[in-house]
Amino acid sequence: MSEIPGDLHYTDTHEWLRQLDDGTLELGVTEHAQQALGDLVFVELPEEGTELSAGEGCVVVESTKAASDVYSPVDGEIVAVNEALVDHPENVNEDPYGEGWLVRIRTSGGELPPNLMDAEAYAAHIESES
Amino acid sequence: MERKTPLYATHEAAGAKLVPFAGWSMPLSYGSELAEHRAVRDDAGMFDVSHMGIVDFEGERCRDFLRRLLANDVARLTRPGQALYGTMLNPEGGIKDDLITYYRGPGRYRTVVNAGTRDSDIAWIRKVAKDYGIKVTERTDLAMIAVQGPRARERAANLLPEALKGAALELKPFTAVDSGDWFIARTGYTGEDGWEIILPAERAPRFWEALNASGVAPCGLAARDSLRLEAGLNLYASDMDETTHPYESNLGWTVAMDPADRDFIGRTALERVREAGSERRLVGLVLEGRGIIRHGQKVRTGAGEGVVTSGGFGPSVQRSVALARIPQCDDETVRVDIRGKDMPARVVKPPFVRRGKILI
Repeated sequence: MSEIPGDLHYTDTHEWLRQLDDGTLELGVTEHAQQALGDLVFVELPEEGTELSAGEGCVVVESTKAASDVYSPVDGEIVAVNEALVDHPENVNEDPYGEGWLVRIRTSGGELPPNLMDAEAYAAHIESES
Repeated sequence: MERKTPLYATHEAAGAKLVPFAGWSMPLSYGSELAEHRAVRDDAGMFDVSHMGIVDFEGERCRDFLRRLLANDVARLTRPGQALYGTMLNPEGGIKDDLITYYRGPGRYRTVVNAGTRDSDIAWIRKVAKDYGIKVTERTDLAMIAVQGPRARERAANLLPEALKGAALELKPFTAVDSGDWFIARTGYTGEDGWEIILPAERAPRFWEALNASGVAPCGLAARDSLRLEAGLNLYASDMDETTHPYESNLGWTVAMDPADRDFIGRTALERVREAGSERRLVGLVLEGRGIIRHGQKVRTGAGEGVVTSGGFGPSVQRSVALARIPQCDDETVRVDIRGKDMPARVVKPPFVRRGKILI
């Protein structure tokens, strides 16, 4: 069973969102996702300042086998990207909820979208896909 | 339902990620494919290649038959144990498969064919063999393990049957030795030294465990693919198939046009290609910037468009490398369309890595 931290929000496409103290959202991929992807060899990050719409691909993670889009579940602006991944894409495999974060997004405020899942619902979602 | 090799339960118990491949359920990796790749380049790794087809030929006219069947000439094999790499063509000169053929003694040969083409190859072989009165046997009773890497032979030698150990260590590249149903060849598909070991299926699980205990890392298809790509070795169905001929597949060197009176299948078609000149060739590409070249992406050259036949990240060269079929041209740099981005790549002659040494 893969690790699913209780304090994050999850998408059905295996991203996680963390609400940071400064009000921005940190986005990454889950332990389950990194296992399914295999070893990452390249992460294509967006420019800071990029405007996003919910459901839009904002990062491309490339494993030894394939390129996969990572989708933002929220509208907003990219305010930070994890530059360390340029030289160390393996951080996503080794620490997907920590060193392997991808981007930080500033939203215009308000509620998170209702289709996000908590840890329990996400665990059930993984189960239903297997 | 996918077919399973004699080592399936061993892979499952080791926690391998098992995936469908050419009708078989095969390990993609046992954890980290990058670590597996490095194990083979730096030390020793092993691959279950029991999904490949082992076909034995017996009969007085075996040599004549193989000289008709294959584009390379088995007359080059004069001493038992010698091996020959080459292609089997259709009458139009298209590649039905690439394979290694071993000479085992008068009237006795063995060939190892790809998993994906195994059934169609054997049907074709039996059809051609009819005129020669030879016996064709598919050895489904055997397993095959490739042990590869600079320390592979030293780690595996003590585990071989006593009768074979000495002779196996003395094998020169591209030769083989056998005893009973054990067959050891100094061949491989990684660019590194090593052996491909054929053995009775029921002995495979214990032999695999013993190799593992002796420091040979289990490796899956993902590492096998990155190793062979860096080694510049073609993958059947990606870099070549029945619609491509050897001269546009970097395999002209495996076609024996001499002697001129050897009428192998595909010869007439290849003679026409040689006369007109091949319009395309298979080259190596090294991506200049960051990104990953993938199979199927378009390649733009000064002479027109080409296509990536194999692409990926080379863990040893630490950048993306590829094989691509492009129009004949002298371009030193071409452009690859990587998901809408136009990226420059240098044209090189494969391999990219050989015997642990980076060549680009």
